[in-house]
Amino acid sequence: MMTVFRIYTVIVALQSCIGLSSSLAYDADIEALTRKAQSAAVKIYGAGGAGLEAYQSGFLVSPDGHIATVWSYVLDVQPVVVLDDGRRFEGTIVGFEPQLELAIVKVDATELPFLELSDTVPEVADPVLAVSNLFGIASGDEPASVMQGMIAAVTALDARRGTFKTPYSGPVLILDLVANNPGAAGGVLIDTQGRAVGMLGKELRDAAAGVWLNYALPANVLRPVIADIVAGRTIVARSQKAVPLPADKSHALAQLGIGMIPDVLESTPAFVDRVAAESVAARADVRPDDLILLVGNTRIEDQRSLIDTLRTIDRRDAIVLTVQRESKIVSIKIQL
Amino acid sequence: MMRFFKRAELALGVCSVVAMTLVGSCSSICCSSICYAIEPADRSVTVLDPIIEAAETARMAAVKRAMPSTVSIFVPGGGGGGSGVLISPDGFALTNFHVCSPAGSYMRCGLSDGRIYDAVVVGIDPVGDLALVRLIGRNDFPFAEMADSRKARVGQWCMVIGNPFLLNTNLQPTVSWGILSGVGRYQYPSGTLLEYADCFQTDAAINPGNSGGPLYDADGRLLGIVGRASFEKRGRVNVGVGYAISIEQAKNFLGDLHSGRIVDHATLGATVATDPEGGARVSNILDSSDAFRRGLRYNDTILEIDGRTVHSANQVQNVLATLPAGWRVKLSYRNDDETRSTIVRMASVHGPDELLEKMSAALPPPPPTPGPKAPGAKPKGDEGGDDESEGDDKEKLPKIIPEPNPHGDAEPASESVEIPATVKALFEARRGYANYHFNLLKQQEFSTAIKGQFPGSTLDRDPGAWLVEGTTLGDSPRDVKIQLADDRYELTIGDKTIKATTRAELFDGVTARNVSGILACLDSWRRMLRDGTDKFGECYYRGRVPLLGARTLRDCFVAVSGELETSWLSHPDTKQIESIEVFADRDDDPVELLIRWGEDKTQMPQEMDVRFGTDSVLALKLTGWKFGKDTEPKE
Repeated sequence: MMTVFRIYTVIVALQSCIGLSSSLAYDADIEALTRKAQSAAVKIYGAGGAGLEAYQSGFLVSPDGHIATVWSYVLDVQPVVVLDDGRRFEGTIVGFEPQLELAIVKVDATELPFLELSDTVPEVADPVLAVSNLFGIASGDEPASVMQGMIAAVTALDARRGTFKTPYSGPVLILDLVANNPGAAGGVLIDTQGRAVGMLGKELRDAAAGVWLNYALPANVLRPVIADIVAGRTIVARSQKAVPLPADKSHALAQLGIGMIPDVLESTPAFVDRVAAESVAARADVRPDDLILLVGNTRIEDQRSLIDTLRTIDRRDAIVLTVQRESKIVSIKIQL
Repeated sequence: MMRFFKRAELALGVCSVVAMTLVGSCSSICCSSICYAIEPADRSVTVLDPIIEAAETARMAAVKRAMPSTVSIFVPGGGGGGSGVLISPDGFALTNFHVCSPAGSYMRCGLSDGRIYDAVVVGIDPVGDLALVRLIGRNDFPFAEMADSRKARVGQWCMVIGNPFLLNTNLQPTVSWGILSGVGRYQYPSGTLLEYADCFQTDAAINPGNSGGPLYDADGRLLGIVGRASFEKRGRVNVGVGYAISIEQAKNFLGDLHSGRIVDHATLGATVATDPEGGARVSNILDSSDAFRRGLRYNDTILEIDGRTVHSANQVQNVLATLPAGWRVKLSYRNDDETRSTIVRMASVHGPDELLEKMSAALPPPPPTPGPKAPGAKPKGDEGGDDESEGDDKEKLPKIIPEPNPHGDAEPASESVEIPATVKALFEARRGYANYHFNLLKQQEFSTAIKGQFPGSTLDRDPGAWLVEGTTLGDSPRDVKIQLADDRYELTIGDKTIKATTRAELFDGVTARNVSGILACLDSWRRMLRDGTDKFGECYYRGRVPLLGARTLRDCFVAVSGELETSWLSHPDTKQIESIEVFADRDDDPVELLIRWGEDKTQMPQEMDVRFGTDSVLALKLTGWKFGKDTEPKE
């Protein structure tokens, strides 16, 4: 009990200080910071429905239209991106990192306002602003929503115990503001220097306690990955140029021993339905219900793209599947 | 620069915050962070940075300044409650429609001085979720200073003070602090009513029970009326997204609310769509609308409404939804490269019966039986803004809160509540009104005012006939003579005379957009002076409206006699009548008589202007105004 009380006291103290600046000189700065963050924030619209919001948030990380956002079901279709100035674009997913639940979407525009990603971890009690389009409140050229608070803790998000269902298990910034609402994922957390210090994660709820987590992924974790994707050093996209090999030279699902769920949709997710006993897939520990995300560095959007991608790989070569198994990301190497 | 406040400084903040009960924010923080290790505070005390000390002092002063005007509303009979804010020393307070409607006419209001006052409902705006109530018992109530909410910007500090979860049983309001997360927000009507347009979004904690209470700026000035929040799967508690009706909108409706009426909102009679190239294009327009009569057509681009620039359909709705029905506002639009500025008269969104029906549908059903609720009973099903979940999932997703929230917004008062005599004395029920008593007061004010100014002030008895003389304005002035008596209406301009003997002919003059429309205006004035509000016909005080689309807002008094409806617009300070409009047909322009007074308000007006729409058909300079026998020809 004592510990709980002390945490409470500290947080109350923190709360008092973020709210200090009522009518003094800070105000102009917080407005300017707000505006700066809003100008780089974007609204992303994509797949959803049946209780899932078809929108999320993102923020520009380059002047050439690279947008950091969370990798989610919203991106299952080509997303529509609306910039702060109201301009609408069709976004292209140019990279993603399943372990970080990070996706980079690009729009075809230049000279855009963007945010620098901080390379340092903020400290506890650092004041922050969270900018996102939570609840989809803003549309068109309406600016994204801004909330204030501070870093309550910098800690590790331990996914392995199953407390929070997320593939991410690295460090997180715990926030004292209710930032992670529907549609807020992909929003940006900025510090008083106007640098992006984190990206708001998906809604997470403690399965046992029912508590919703307010958190962000630290920018210093995202930064090298984003830099690689923006610089084109990581290609996680369907290669348009790869030429299919003859069927008897390439990999194929049947040969690997993998059966997929029925391909009945225009874009059926690449869920494994069954794995043939004694097959190479079984030996490599591919399991039913695995969702295939990547083959090598190529993103698998659906079963069609999985089949097409396998057709481009020589069957003498090993393949590396990246799959999502419940909330974990698993890498599987298969050699015929 | 916003500073990095380190732990040594933080420890000092504790006592002041506890004193201010930042309840809302704290609870959410505790929930989210309790599982995570946080370094304990460094208790070593250092000198407080003077900047922090000054900021903290300023904030506490603002809270101190703001708090006395906050009202904790309780519905007698244990029917819930909410918050409110005093806006005048004689006890008028704003709150939400959805807070006051379950209370009926009577509620109990606590102030931070520890005293409880009876309050009576005055007027309601069900669409805008506003209500005006009056606290009884003092003429020196503390009241809030209103901010210019149009100047508020995202990122500015603000605070919400109120009665969340009806915690204020000790009458000490709860303060929560945050920033403006968004301005000019639009929130779709919840159910069929309660549209929040051009509203504020804040992360200052707003919980059930904060409804109707004030959103103040960092200096303690009133920015808006709290009333709605985005709740979803986390239950009916703050998730950092609350909304407040801007005080600018409340100012627009305040005059109408003082009328005791059930007030409706404005519609342009046209729909607009955002053009892909930008701009708000008219996508449909009623040919019976005033906008159509003023030349607005399909595919025109609306540029400005009520002095506010609009670029999208959302922005158009954001402006329109903050305007009361019947207002005339300035409108600028462009068609085929020509830009036009005009004044447009707004219609009502609802027919009168339609609004009353929607209202009764919006009210929560009465509790089935008095006494404690069965466990697990569904919490009230009202449409209150706070009760709203956001998005499409509100019906489908179960609420996290397993029990009915015992501390929510207002629930219907039980019928056994005894209404005090002081409240009964200030209440009169009438269809279409929240409280007709306050309309009667305004009618009496109008009667007194019209008799206290020219020409009423010059008469000590029934004036009988009128003879008004003047000359037309312009290059070639002509003499104008207007004679009014029962069954004798004459207008002579130069050598042309228009005669009428019945009011029906006056009606024709209005529909024909004829100069003789002036006869209808002046005769309404004459008969109102002679008959008073009792005998003239059906009379009511409408509220405050712009004159020719411009503020200062004028008091508007309406009287219906036969098929003609007359509106008198008078200045709220001088009470001087500045415009008389007579409507023959609701879907057509009224005749409008604009009256220009000289310095000496006890003397007859200097000029008059007769208009239909925006076209002047007769402008004259007055030279004489005679009554009774003086109007007879001398020969």
